[in-house]
Amino acid sequence: MDEERPDPDRLLTRLQRDEEKSNRATLKVYFGFAPGVGKTYTMLQSARRLRDEGVDVVVGYVETHGRAETSALLDGMEVLPRRAVHYRGTRLEDFDLEAALVRRPKVLLVDELPHTNAPEGRHAKRWQDVFDLLDAGIDVHTTLNVQHIESLNDVVARITGVPVRETVPDAVLERADEIELVDISLEDLLARLRDGKVYVPEQANRAASNFFNYGNLLALRELALRRTADRVDAEVRSYRETHAITNAWATNERLLVAVGPSPSSARLIRATKRMATRLKAHWLAVYVELPAARPLAEADRQRLEAQLRLAESLGAEIVRLTGTRVSDAMLDYARRHDITRIILGKPTHSRWRDLYRGSLLDEVVRGSGDIDVLIISGEEGTAAPRDDKRPREPGQWLGVFTGLILVATATALGWLGPAFFDAVDVVMLYLLAVVITATRFSRRASLVTAALAVIGYDFFFVPPLLTFAVADARHWLTFAMLFGVGAMISTLTQRIRRQALDARAREERNASLYVLARELGGATDADDAARIVTAQLSTIFESPTAVLYPTEGAVRVAAQTRSIVMGAQELAVARWTIDHGRPAGRGTDTLPCARVVCIPLASTRVVGALALEPEGSLSSDQRHFLEVMARQAAIAVERNRLAEEARTAAVRARTEELRSALLSTVSHDLRTPLAIITGSATTLRDGGDAVSADDRRELIHAVCEEAGRMERLVANLLDMTRLEAGIEVKRDWVMLEDIIGAATAQLERQLSGRRVDVHIAEDVPMIAVDAVLFPQVFVNLIDNAIKYTPREATISIDAKLGAHAVVVEVADRGPGFSVDDPRKLFEKFVRGGQRDRTGVGLGLAIVRGIVQAHGGELNAENRREGGAVLRFSIPIVGEAPTVQPEERLS
Amino acid sequence: MNSRTRVLVVEDEAPMRKFLRTALSTHDFEVYEAETASEAMERITTQPPDIVLLDLGLPDGDGIEITKKLREWSKVPIIVLSARGLESDKVQALDAGADDYVTKPFGVGELLARMRVAMRHRGEAVGEVKQLISAGDVVIDLARREVKARGNDVKLTPIEYRLLVMLVKNAGKVLTHRQLLVEVWGAAYANQTHYLRVYTAQLRRKIEVDAAQPKNLLTESGVGYRFRAPES
Repeated sequence: MDEERPDPDRLLTRLQRDEEKSNRATLKVYFGFAPGVGKTYTMLQSARRLRDEGVDVVVGYVETHGRAETSALLDGMEVLPRRAVHYRGTRLEDFDLEAALVRRPKVLLVDELPHTNAPEGRHAKRWQDVFDLLDAGIDVHTTLNVQHIESLNDVVARITGVPVRETVPDAVLERADEIELVDISLEDLLARLRDGKVYVPEQANRAASNFFNYGNLLALRELALRRTADRVDAEVRSYRETHAITNAWATNERLLVAVGPSPSSARLIRATKRMATRLKAHWLAVYVELPAARPLAEADRQRLEAQLRLAESLGAEIVRLTGTRVSDAMLDYARRHDITRIILGKPTHSRWRDLYRGSLLDEVVRGSGDIDVLIISGEEGTAAPRDDKRPREPGQWLGVFTGLILVATATALGWLGPAFFDAVDVVMLYLLAVVITATRFSRRASLVTAALAVIGYDFFFVPPLLTFAVADARHWLTFAMLFGVGAMISTLTQRIRRQALDARAREERNASLYVLARELGGATDADDAARIVTAQLSTIFESPTAVLYPTEGAVRVAAQTRSIVMGAQELAVARWTIDHGRPAGRGTDTLPCARVVCIPLASTRVVGALALEPEGSLSSDQRHFLEVMARQAAIAVERNRLAEEARTAAVRARTEELRSALLSTVSHDLRTPLAIITGSATTLRDGGDAVSADDRRELIHAVCEEAGRMERLVANLLDMTRLEAGIEVKRDWVMLEDIIGAATAQLERQLSGRRVDVHIAEDVPMIAVDAVLFPQVFVNLIDNAIKYTPREATISIDAKLGAHAVVVEVADRGPGFSVDDPRKLFEKFVRGGQRDRTGVGLGLAIVRGIVQAHGGELNAENRREGGAVLRFSIPIVGEAPTVQPEERLS
Repeated sequence: MNSRTRVLVVEDEAPMRKFLRTALSTHDFEVYEAETASEAMERITTQPPDIVLLDLGLPDGDGIEITKKLREWSKVPIIVLSARGLESDKVQALDAGADDYVTKPFGVGELLARMRVAMRHRGEAVGEVKQLISAGDVVIDLARREVKARGNDVKLTPIEYRLLVMLVKNAGKVLTHRQLLVEVWGAAYANQTHYLRVYTAQLRRKIEVDAAQPKNLLTESGVGYRFRAPES
């Protein structure tokens, strides 16, 4: 219409991106087209400017290559010491990542981004170090030449003829917040080269002279400029997005590249990446696995995985499909996911294979409908040298030998029994030998058996007998049929056998997954889940295993098998995995020197890491399976975490409930006496002489009485608070009667002449209890008895020696407890009898608290003969100190 | 009585001071006050009191410190005012030389009783040697080393006797575990409280009607023992 408005969704993503940007550290790349253009120099110049502005700039690693102008710029800058590594007798120096993370400057200069790190570093590549620095919030300035960009790697190799091994994934450049192109004219660069101002390593001299020719440099410069222009273009586009300037939206292209184990796939991937970047399109790398086909040889499998990783590092989404036909699986996926273009490689095999197996290209093109199909040439000279070495099946020679024996047996049978066997039957016997070999042994052994069968038949049964000569030409057909049928049977048998094996392997995996899932279902908490995971995985992978969880700034081993050693390095690997949510350690790009490989336990977030110390390196298959298991474990761990959180929340809610109950009861029980005191006092103050002497006495009595009540309540509340805060019991050796005496003395007024029968058995020893706290047990129990029994009822206290404990019973002859479950009595604010009695029901809770603090138990029941009994035990701790007889003292 | 007894109230809470002034004045005491530890020391030096009521929790200093300093040159009775749950503070103050304590909140009757006991014991310290002392149900003939409880002869071991004499002589006043142990058993036994527990139990069986509900030899939980005062 007349006014274009920005799409709200796009704006939102932009906003999120901006927000992320403002918080995260920035990466600035000084980008050049060849060595010697002055990247390091420019970087140092701008760093000095920043330093002069007061920014905390530190040089992490800069290579001056002995250039005086560059070295001069280092003067007065803070330079981090380098990490020295002794490797195979030579001393290497490298950037010290750990030191940089400790130093934590605002801006750190790290030269030569594509550099491969010296061994024993945290990462294999320097750009990975840079990502860690950025994650840690440190701004990084770095340098990069165009030929080191992964997606341009093959283009550069073709232009210059010099292969570049050190590459940087495109994602790194895309992550850069700022790219500064450092450009000089070709004439200037060549002049500098002539003056020896460009560093060229000795051993690369010849290659370098090839590299630094006018044509190459021109092409490289163009590449660098175009790359930078692409980026500027992207920024302009992003600006337009925000401001809705035009409707020049990116095409909604989605590209799909078919990836296989062939080495030419790498080129296909890079080409697709370039196309995707130009089109601003999303792209996927798809591999179709055919379960019915022969499994890939180990070398092929590794190449395939490397290529899928390459695609992933270039920003592709990796999709693994399974199906019966590559074309069907791919097209089906493409249609369901709105793919607009499919990129395939040019076939490098012969036409015959297509006739025999069908052509993928043909099938895809025919079935593609409105999807464009692009065919890209394979790399020159590397016409798919398919490595045909398949996993060698065991018992090759045994198979051949068995075949020989079987053929010999068939021959013997046929030779010895012409009476029973016709010539046709002999052929059948030979076929039987081939089938038996095929079912038990390799294809090769069965083919050898088929050949032996033909030879045997010719020699022993085709006239002229006992020669290889063949009289009748028709027999040649019989030979061909015998061998052909044998070969076909062996192929079919082998295929069935492999499928059975695959099915069994899948079955086993599914079974272990099922067992893990079932076991994890019973996990009670995250640590329990960790124990189950380590137990299961160590059995499945036959390797030591550990599960680690993050704690405040560190990691904690939640469970481990005994044989795994989690040293500082292993813990660092786990830490990295948890922080970055990616695998690390042995066999990966990060910390590859470690003994363990760590896989993140991640479902919705990273909850921990799984460490495995495999015997050799894990195959990609095992790795994949391990990741599936890790996902399963992560879900369980997270579920348990959530359950724990829910439990805590429930406890908190219960506490909250109790607190409000306390507030309402306490406020009621405190306000009642306060109201009486206030009322009485104001009457006395304002009433003057109008208040009669009797009333006056009564009011004063009420004030004193209520004040006493309040005091007891406050004392109880304080006791309860102290008990709940986890009071420290100061044990002292005391006589039980002393404790009871202190309690009855405190209750003198409340008892007001009521009888308390105390009976302490002779053998009750001194007990070690808190002499101040413990009398409160009796005070509360007796007070309770007083409250709930009629005046004339006796209260009795009995103490006797039980098993390793002194057992005390406080009993009364009142109405007993009315609560159905006496355990409830010990809850706070539960009152056992009539509601009109005073007190908030803290008494028994305090008793229980004190008894438990002394390691004892408290329980309550109704007596059969009427009344209630509260029984508690005090464990006898240690041996009571002895008291020396008096004669020796005096 | 030549003049009224002078009471120094050392207490930082104004309403508490007001209450004590009113209560004590009506009982014919002359009351003057100090809010802080330093003010207390100054007032004691300039106007020596007959008795001090000392709050243990003062804003500028420790009541226990005041007690120690005061005891270096004065024998004026000190009664400590303290809250429940602070038994160790009370023991420290008593061992430092305070005469007795009352636990807040307290009634005036209780306070006056403590004050009377404390002042009487100070007066007796230089007084004549009595032959007969008595408290509660117990009468002790010091010259003949005979003890009667509710009129009946009681046979005591030497230690029980020494313990009882000490308690009865100080009837109405609290004695800390340490004070009793040092006095009866000797300084080496200052921390052997179980001796005291065993002997008080034995003593109670001999002089009390019900040892588990004593009327004479009372336990002050976490502090020590007190023998019932003669008049109460």
